[in-house]
Amino acid sequence: MLEIHQLHKSYPIGDSSLHVLKGIDLTVEPGEMVAIMGSSGSGKSTLLNIIGMLDEADSGEYILDGLPIKDLTEKKAAVYRNKFLGFIFQSFNLINYKNALENVALPLYYQGMKRKERQELAMFHLEKVGLADWAQHLPKELSGGQNQRVAIARALAANPKLLLADEPTGALDTKTSYEIMEFIQQLNDEGKTILMVTHEEDIANMCKRIVRLRDGVIMEDKKVEQVRVSAYV
Amino acid sequence: MFDLDLWREIFQSINKNRTRSLLSGFTVAFAILLFAVLFGIANGLKNTFKERFGNRTTNAIYLYAGKTSMAYQGLQAGRRIQFKNSDTEYLSQTYSDKLEYVLPVVRKGVTGFFAGNKNNYTLSGVNPDNQFFENTKIISGRYINAIDLQNKKKVIVIGKLVKDDLFLNKEALGKYITLGGIQYKVVGVCENENDYLNRAIYTPITTVQQVYGNTNYVDQINLTYDPKMSYDEAIALINTIRKKLKERFLIAPNDQRGIYVSSLADDFKEVGKMNLVLSIVILIIGLGTLIAGVVGISNIMIFVVKERTKEIGIRKALGASPRSIVSIILIESILVTTIAGYMGLLIGMGILESAKSSLEAYFIKDPAVSTSLVITATITLIIAGAIAGYFPARKASRIKPIVALRND
Repeated sequence: MLEIHQLHKSYPIGDSSLHVLKGIDLTVEPGEMVAIMGSSGSGKSTLLNIIGMLDEADSGEYILDGLPIKDLTEKKAAVYRNKFLGFIFQSFNLINYKNALENVALPLYYQGMKRKERQELAMFHLEKVGLADWAQHLPKELSGGQNQRVAIARALAANPKLLLADEPTGALDTKTSYEIMEFIQQLNDEGKTILMVTHEEDIANMCKRIVRLRDGVIMEDKKVEQVRVSAYV
Repeated sequence: MFDLDLWREIFQSINKNRTRSLLSGFTVAFAILLFAVLFGIANGLKNTFKERFGNRTTNAIYLYAGKTSMAYQGLQAGRRIQFKNSDTEYLSQTYSDKLEYVLPVVRKGVTGFFAGNKNNYTLSGVNPDNQFFENTKIISGRYINAIDLQNKKKVIVIGKLVKDDLFLNKEALGKYITLGGIQYKVVGVCENENDYLNRAIYTPITTVQQVYGNTNYVDQINLTYDPKMSYDEAIALINTIRKKLKERFLIAPNDQRGIYVSSLADDFKEVGKMNLVLSIVILIIGLGTLIAGVVGISNIMIFVVKERTKEIGIRKALGASPRSIVSIILIESILVTTIAGYMGLLIGMGILESAKSSLEAYFIKDPAVSTSLVITATITLIIAGAIAGYFPARKASRIKPIVALRND
């Protein structure tokens, strides 16, 4: 599903530069649920952003589903993002003047799908996250947990190969976090490959594999016994 | 290519972000409104000028003869100068390239009779071209023509007040009026904006010269210079004519009497200057308003793009191409500026229309702007807004989504 070899990335800071990723090797198989952990500044978000084609690596190889991701034009990156990737953000990143249904339908709009079709598909995904009744509500009328579920529905709408989540529970309380995690686990059960950045141990333990970063290198990469959220409840 | 979905996106964005839309719309509407109102008022001032000076033949020169006041070359002071047909010919031949009309006029005071009504009038012996010189309109019948002139016909064209005096409401054409004991046939009734000319009676100059002593005397010569000439050239021409005529009639060069040459060229030079200043002021006002509008819309576009950075990041993360980002921002801004510009235009013209009557007291007549001018101004603003919006929009479309989505 995903192969990364010797990935390097540095950011210029004044005259010098900050070497954030110092040669990352990572392979993710289909159906995996991987947590990327690390303290702040360890490079975990940078790694996720490069995987998400939101950012570009300085050197190294990145192959997504057999497709080398290199020297992308903005336009091509946009197409790949739309086709292969679904994003879940800590702060949801919904468009505030669009209601839940319209937000979910947006990636489908960029696929060029017909209006009626994409509304039906968006509704299907909203139902899946249990928010069919809230389809016409604006993000500000929804709770944090509900907003994150809308965001998940949006990430799923384009039927991506890989789901990328950047601290998906970072802005939520524990109970809501677990509800969201339970849902993400369900998606993984259905076969979605999920890559998640988190700094919370309990959340990481709900994944099947934990990759620990420190100072731009992978310190530890181990499979773990997945803790089912349903066990807590 | 009409992309319904794109327009739906744009309308939603305009509708849901009302403050932003109103703000940018207001700037444009206000700029266009100011443009229309200021331009309209300036045009109104110009109209007033035109009305005060425009009805008269602006390029006219009037020549009169009087009595000399100085002895010159053995001739006594107090000598009466008399224009003759030969002087008319001299002028039209010598200055044929600079003069349009050379029109001799003979005037006689007469008493007019018709069917028991009587009044005193001035009978003017004129050339057919006098109609154009005095800007006279024919209400019925015709003006004096070349055949009348050639055959010295006793025909007259009467001002409309003469007709009212003598004929009341009855038909005047074809009737005979007695003027100074001689019968003239009325062939036309005319009208002029200068009321005293509505009391005039015109007949061929040849007729008058024959009837009153078979002379070749001329009382007055009216000239018009080529309107393409500048006022300075016109003034120079007038001075030359004055000088040459004094030589012709042996009048002392510094004698202020004898011959009078009057024209409006001096006055019009001043008016022309005023008009020029007014035009420059109008231009500055117009350009200033437009520049202010352009600066305003540019600022707003930068603000709009800044405000939408996060939305742009989200859209890019979801697969929006840079082009679609630029087009959605640009089309939205063009749409808002177009609608707002149109509203500004309507409101501005409405204000001008409603203030029309109350402005007349301030020398502002018919304040109006041509629609095409305001539309040009609006299009200028739209283009300026589009250019001003394009660069930040393009920049925004190139922002890495990760930067746009940063939580701060």
